[in-house]
Amino acid sequence: MSFEDWLRADRLPHIWCSGCSNGTILNCTMAAVDMMDWDPDRTVVVSGIGCSSRAAGYVEADSLHTTHGRALAFATGVKLAEPSLNVVVFTGDGDLAAIGGNHFIHACRRNIDLTVVCMNNLIYGMTGGQGSPTTPLGALSTTTPYGAAEPAFDLAALAVAAGANYVARWTSYHVRELEKAVKAGLETPGLSFIEVRAGCPTNYGRKNRIREATDQLEQFRTRSMLKVKYDRLVAEGKPVPHDAIVVGEFVRRSNPAMGVAP
Amino acid sequence: MQGNVASAEGALAAGCRFFGGYPITPSTEVAERMASRMPKAGGVFVQMEDEIASIAAVIGASWTGKKAMTATSGPGFSLMMENLGFAVMTETPLVVVNIQRGGPSTGQPTMSAQGDMLQCRYGSHGDIGIVALAPNSVQEMHDLTVKAFNLAERLRCPAFLMADEHIGHMRERIDLPDTVEVVDRTQLEPGTLPFAAGPGLVPGFPTFGKGHRVHVTGLTHDERGYPATTDPEVHAALVERLVRKVEGARREIADYVVTNPDAEVVFVCYGAPSRAVAQLVADKPDEGIGVLRLRLVWPFPEHALAEFSNATAFIVPEQNLGQIASEVERHTDLPVVPVPKLGGELHTPAELARVYEGVRR
Ligand SMILES: Cc1ncc(C[n+]2csc(CCOP(=O)(O)OP(=O)(O)O)c2C)c(N)n1
Ligand code: SF4
Repeated sequence: MSFEDWLRADRLPHIWCSGCSNGTILNCTMAAVDMMDWDPDRTVVVSGIGCSSRAAGYVEADSLHTTHGRALAFATGVKLAEPSLNVVVFTGDGDLAAIGGNHFIHACRRNIDLTVVCMNNLIYGMTGGQGSPTTPLGALSTTTPYGAAEPAFDLAALAVAAGANYVARWTSYHVRELEKAVKAGLETPGLSFIEVRAGCPTNYGRKNRIREATDQLEQFRTRSMLKVKYDRLVAEGKPVPHDAIVVGEFVRRSNPAMGVAP
Repeated sequence: MQGNVASAEGALAAGCRFFGGYPITPSTEVAERMASRMPKAGGVFVQMEDEIASIAAVIGASWTGKKAMTATSGPGFSLMMENLGFAVMTETPLVVVNIQRGGPSTGQPTMSAQGDMLQCRYGSHGDIGIVALAPNSVQEMHDLTVKAFNLAERLRCPAFLMADEHIGHMRERIDLPDTVEVVDRTQLEPGTLPFAAGPGLVPGFPTFGKGHRVHVTGLTHDERGYPATTDPEVHAALVERLVRKVEGARREIADYVVTNPDAEVVFVCYGAPSRAVAQLVADKPDEGIGVLRLRLVWPFPEHALAEFSNATAFIVPEQNLGQIASEVERHTDLPVVPVPKLGGELHTPAELARVYEGVRR
């Protein structure tokens, strides 16, 4: 099989705008799933609400497209009730960290055996570009017309602190690394959290002068800094760029987990 | 045995193998009983982070084919409303036990009420179809929990056990039958569309993990389960079916007890107040007082009112300001007299006698 066999041909074309990162991230995720040799009949994809969460509907497996913010709570029920099923969750930054923030930290704490892919585009895409808990200070959105005044969440750090067994961050530019990270997540028992910085040209890009999808990718390429390097610079007291996107693996551990197949 | 414990036992007898919940007075004993019993029954108990998560987990579990439930009271019930609508829209069988306490808001945590009777019917947005049962004894906490599961499985919708604190915390001796009648959801036939109406308008259930590769969404969907959010006909047909499959079963699933069908003055009651009514009837055996006791409140068995062909008035005692009284009013031209009682105390037979005397005159 290839990742294409994991997509519902009869659901295409998808709803995403041209230049949106979500398609790339879906492809990378399903390529990783494909490498696991999972049985599509024993795989469940769960998502919340948002452009990102529409991903579940494009996967050729059982899929549960739930309510805004609650994907992890639904997925917890699926996985605890039937641990032999493989469960992947797609979510967005608003879905996961705003309305679903409580479920996020508790799913990490339970360390339930799910792989969670968050398409973090720093904005509410589906509802037309409002600020989210990851919108950077100063960034423009329809609800932060003078620049975001609230500090943003660091989702990867949050997942580490809350107890997830595997945490990584990449961007939609890093397709190979992303694929590998998702695969590592799928292989790790317990909660695996992969934050993917995503471009939303329609809403975030337009407001914040990232005109073309290629400009966004260029930004991801030039601003990304490997976590090991970032940590070294900080340890040495050297300056780090304020807009660096720290990418790489944040944690990989084998703490006690729930819902792991016997 | 305590009412709440009897409900948990009924759930297990009906085949419940997943419980997700969050502690709240006066329902907590249901969760506590499940926490101790579920692992031994080969099921799963999980204490979730809130009631939104509880009902979400219950829905997720139900899609794996497990019978699943939660238990709560007013504040938690309010939090569940959005996901209950999701369960209606996706036709997910599940049971919610609501041990009602005084509201609104945190209200009276330890006192009895029946204030959520309209919320369970209309609380989630959009037009919905649900089933609600109202036990008036510890035995019925058990038996009607079994029935709630059977109706949820059959009709593929949320079924509520709308008990009140009096009944939930009451202790009575009960019969625990060795076996109970159990209904299991009908599985989807291969080659059939997952959301096409089956017998009784209910589609077969495409259990996760069985190769159906079904898409389940709270968006308006076609018979394949795929979103079709801007097609007015698809939306109308779907929502009408979701409501009609429940409302259409109204006569068949109706569950009520008639006393003195020749009576002129008739009490319509459910839950704890029906015990005070029963006392009044026993105190005045020569009066022939009519009683329509509802064990199933939704879909409302409007035809049951016609069982009393000599009726001149209906009296409706409730632990709310007349929620079901207004439903009775919708279905009769006769006078309907609500007897609301707030605060958590039961109606006394003497109070009911006074209302009865006033109406009879
Ligand atoms: C309870 C509830 N509140 C609000 C909404 C409206 N809503 C839909 S998607 C969304 C935000 C999605 O943002 P995000 O999760 O970041 O996903 P994106 O669209 O950017 O991929 C909101 C607020 C909703 N569907 N449900
Ligand atoms: S609005 Fe943004 S996130 Fe949504 S599909 Fe368009 S580009 Fe993607």
